[in-house]
Amino acid sequence: MTATSRAEKERRLTYAQAIREALAEEMERDPSLLLLGEDIGEPGGVFGVTQGLLQRFGEERVLDTPISEEAVIGAALGAALLGVPTVAEIMFSDFATLAMDQIVNQAAKFRYMTGGRTSAPLVIRMVTGTAGATAAQHSQSLEAWFTATPGLKVVTASTPADAKGLLKSAIRDPDPVLFFEHKLLYNSRGAVPADDYCIPLGEGRVAREGSDVTLVAYLYMLPRALKAAEMLAREGISVEVWDPRTLVPFDRDGLRRSLEKTGRLVIAQEAPRRNGFCAEIAAIAAEEFFPLLKAPIKRVCGTNTPMPYAPELEQFVIPDEERIAAGVREVLYNAVRAAPGG
Amino acid sequence: MQSLASYTPAFLKELYRKMVLIRRFEERAAELRSLGYIPGFLHPYIGQEAVAVGACAALGPHDYITSTHRGHGHILARGGDPRYMYAELFARRDGYNRAKGGSLHIANIELGIIGANGIVGGGIPIAVGAGLALKQARQIAVHHPDDPRARRADGVAVTFFGDGASNQGAFHESLNLAALWRLPVIFICENNLYGEFTPQHKHQTIRDIATRASSYAVPGLIADGNDVLDVYRVVSKAAEEARKGRGPTLVECKTYRHRGHYEGDMGQYRPAEEVAFWLEADPIKNYRRLLLAGAICTEEELQALDEAVEQELEEAVAFAKASPHPAPEEALEDVFVESYGGRALL
Ligand SMILES: Cc1ncc(C[n+]2csc(CCOP(=O)(O)OP(=O)(O)O)c2C)c(N)n1
Ligand SMILES: [Mg+2]
Repeated sequence: MTATSRAEKERRLTYAQAIREALAEEMERDPSLLLLGEDIGEPGGVFGVTQGLLQRFGEERVLDTPISEEAVIGAALGAALLGVPTVAEIMFSDFATLAMDQIVNQAAKFRYMTGGRTSAPLVIRMVTGTAGATAAQHSQSLEAWFTATPGLKVVTASTPADAKGLLKSAIRDPDPVLFFEHKLLYNSRGAVPADDYCIPLGEGRVAREGSDVTLVAYLYMLPRALKAAEMLAREGISVEVWDPRTLVPFDRDGLRRSLEKTGRLVIAQEAPRRNGFCAEIAAIAAEEFFPLLKAPIKRVCGTNTPMPYAPELEQFVIPDEERIAAGVREVLYNAVRAAPGG
Repeated sequence: MQSLASYTPAFLKELYRKMVLIRRFEERAAELRSLGYIPGFLHPYIGQEAVAVGACAALGPHDYITSTHRGHGHILARGGDPRYMYAELFARRDGYNRAKGGSLHIANIELGIIGANGIVGGGIPIAVGAGLALKQARQIAVHHPDDPRARRADGVAVTFFGDGASNQGAFHESLNLAALWRLPVIFICENNLYGEFTPQHKHQTIRDIATRASSYAVPGLIADGNDVLDVYRVVSKAAEEARKGRGPTLVECKTYRHRGHYEGDMGQYRPAEEVAFWLEADPIKNYRRLLLAGAICTEEELQALDEAVEQELEEAVAFAKASPHPAPEEALEDVFVESYGGRALL
């Protein structure tokens, strides 16, 4: 084993650790950076992401807040407008609904409304997706709502290495960034480089090379898409799995490059089908890359329902690797298969 | 009314000039709107001038304000330039916001104006964040006195809002947060007895909004919002506490708007006696009388101040009229910071 691969092996971190490391490194780099959120201090956050940061950086910088989403996001914005970068945590992205004025009417538009004369270096970490039986108010995947609000950048980090590099970029970015973290990814492990690296916003990543179909997936759909690709490989189907990594800005060129290879597009998404970000990706492909397409586009999505509680219902609602694989086969063989939901 | 002895004549005259500037700015704006120069909403501040002027007189160069839909008075009192304000209202390129904001969004962080706001209560949490940045500046001043941010270590953030806004969750969440963290934030509620067309007694069960401070264990003070010196005195006290690190104060200023909620609303839902009472309590008329009675200035001097205001506004209107309209494609700029070309992105 070479020295570097050993170092990389030692550097297999969980997604939660990678996020914590990004926060700590950025707090070290910029002593004015503040963290705000409910239970992020002593308790270290509901998912343990901020563990140890209070002890390390003190209560003047790691601010445990009352349960006041609107005031907390507004406070993060106000500090950012005065040049103090802030990272606020929304414990479950469902609770962003209580802060919608500050996110959508204020943060997203401040720069625009002021004719480009202000900047808000603010990151809102959104804990998103289902964690298994978390039901209708703790499981939503709301990222598409925010992509429909110009002025917000939207990041969906799906691996530990990406989470670290993208969060560092988000923190250094001068605009408001919503950073979506999937609950079921927190304990996933992966190699995370030890150096101080940033992954630019707006660059997708080929997570697995292939030549027959482009399968787009992010957050918890990414590991499922990779499993589906593995299954399909055994059937002789070569799937390229492509992770956009950020939804705004969106890497059109990356998608085009993949479609140039494959000519077929399947998009997997945990959120309900209707008006999900998959619809935007499908529209981009149909509008801009139609000449590259050899088959109709396929979306494999959550059903148009709230998230149910029972595990068997939840499983029905969210696409699994079988359903994703079926979507790929459908595009390849044009087999007709009704998708559940709408 | 206060004794005038403790103030310099220059200070007292400046309060007068600022109030007249606001009144005339608003009267002219209404006229200019009827002539078609202003495409958007206007919520005139006429009648409430003593609040903005008295409060901003208590502020220094490192202080910040957030304002409301009825924001012109706060912005002028804080040092906003009528030229760029009219240009913004006219939707011209030289406006404070380069024609992207209009009346409801005028902002200039360099002047300490974090912005008017189209959302009732929307500015309150943002002022809490400004307070957080100012509190941080105190630490920077201790550890890194050469850091430019250390300069604002004595800063306070003031948030203006109405009686209607005091029913928003944002107000309560923000006051709690500012109290908890002892932030240098002054909450100034301008109780003009109406939220849009609804009188106070139909939108809340209390008369004195200052009493809401007790829920958060912070001082709640009441000022005569039509007496510029009373507002100045009360806000100065709150600012002193905040600068000393003793946290926020809620200041309620009792006042009244002379006109309808917005330009075009005749305000007929208000009893005639009530309107007459408050017109009699006009903050400018009474302050003018006080200055004359106290022999601070002569009628001629006041007239000269009035004329200087007319002159300034005349020039401001001419400036705005001469300012170019934006090019349509400018709509795509300023969504993000220049590192991305600043332009709209997918
Ligand atoms: C969140 C929100 N709700 C409603 C409105 C519509 N609206 C604009 S001003 C206003 C009244 C506000 O009353 P108050 O806070 O007392 O301020 P005032 O107009 O008296 O200065 C209302 C209801 C709005 N702009 N924002
Ligand atoms: Mg009111």
